[in-house]
Amino acid sequence: MGVGFSLLMIVLLVLIPFLGVYAGLEYVLGVVFPYLAFSIFIIGILYRIICWGRSPVPFRIPTTCGQQKSHDWIKADPVENPTTAFGVILRMVKELFFFRSLFRNNKVKITEKGHIAYIWEKWLWLAAILFHWSFFIIIIRHLRLFTPKTPWLVSFFERMDGFFGFGMYSFYFTDLLVVIGLAYLLIRRLVIPMVRYVSLAADYFVLFLIMGIAFSGILMKYFVRADVAGVKELAMSLVAFKPVVPVDIGSIFYIHLFLVCALLAYFPFSKLMHGPGLLLSPTRNMANTNRMKRHINPWNYPVKVHTYEEYEEEFGKVMQAAGLPLDKQS
Amino acid sequence: MYDKKIIIPILAVIVVVLTYPIWSLFGKGAAAPELDLNTPEIQALAEKECIEDTEFMRSNHMELLNEWRIKSVREGTNVYVASDGQEYEMSLQNTCLSCHSNKENFCDSCHSYAEVNPDCWDCHVGGEL
Repeated sequence: MGVGFSLLMIVLLVLIPFLGVYAGLEYVLGVVFPYLAFSIFIIGILYRIICWGRSPVPFRIPTTCGQQKSHDWIKADPVENPTTAFGVILRMVKELFFFRSLFRNNKVKITEKGHIAYIWEKWLWLAAILFHWSFFIIIIRHLRLFTPKTPWLVSFFERMDGFFGFGMYSFYFTDLLVVIGLAYLLIRRLVIPMVRYVSLAADYFVLFLIMGIAFSGILMKYFVRADVAGVKELAMSLVAFKPVVPVDIGSIFYIHLFLVCALLAYFPFSKLMHGPGLLLSPTRNMANTNRMKRHINPWNYPVKVHTYEEYEEEFGKVMQAAGLPLDKQS
Repeated sequence: MYDKKIIIPILAVIVVVLTYPIWSLFGKGAAAPELDLNTPEIQALAEKECIEDTEFMRSNHMELLNEWRIKSVREGTNVYVASDGQEYEMSLQNTCLSCHSNKENFCDSCHSYAEVNPDCWDCHVGGEL
């Protein structure tokens, strides 16, 4: 159900620009949609992050996996169980760039003797790393279409990535890696029964959408050529806010662009917010200082208190008359 | 909002990075290069047309040149039959550059605009010999 629905949606998303080019709607596809999608992307992400920032987290809830700092003679793990801001930053860097907690992934199995065994399982981590880093490098590479003078970092990535190109064939290694990563992430959902059971249309849709972007890009790069100078002209005019639509770039380009627009516009509403959300996860971004420091509930309001001293002052005489013991012997 | 001191600077940095192309271009023009077809050789032609039509050449010239390279270097065939039946020698130097003798204003103008670095010029000189 989820798979079919997502595939149908992707087919529709491909058909829209394909028919749009026939209908002569290049301006809408090349200018209106990109601006709209990028605005939704930026505003949507800012809105979601501000919403998260407004939710109070009154208690320290880091999930830790190292020895907590206690006695001097017990060796603590300052990164996996951080007590300082620096430790939290190091932990976050590991998480953000190397997917530390996904690396902990393992498989549980009950052996024939009835014992529990935890089995080494790093394939999901590997596929995730391959996919995310390749996608990141591909995005960086695309900057050459948006800048008048390509920054050295972009050229550097491009040269490294194109290392396996030979003769006049250009070949970007990340194009292959991103497809391998995505393929694993999809096959895993389809093949492993437990993962398939928890997979919904939203999971498949994003995978198919990014696959659509990758395939249309690969197709455009290696097989159905589009006019690169025209593409750059359009991209630069969008960036300069003086949109010009060059003629005859080719419908493959508009399919690629429209799928990217769909991804950008969908991003803030989807599970893809796991990226920005990682930085705002209370289980990851808090130092484990539950008892080391005093943490005051942020929504505490001033409570009117009536201490025992005041009580005794008020009712002291009555209490004395009734023969009750008093703190203050007057 | 909680943790403003951390969240807002990080957000600001991310927005600046994401919009880098916009402010790096601020106030500068971004016009695509005009291809210079005004060489003496082209002016002398009776019919000013390339071996294939312009649209095909714009998007596919690299594929074509690659095919020429393989055919002429490895397979020894040297004649390209265009879609209109005319025959041309498969040679960058003798066919393409004989008309487009202005490499700087023809090949390089688009290549440097789109940051493409073809390795034609590792061996070929370009321009007049």
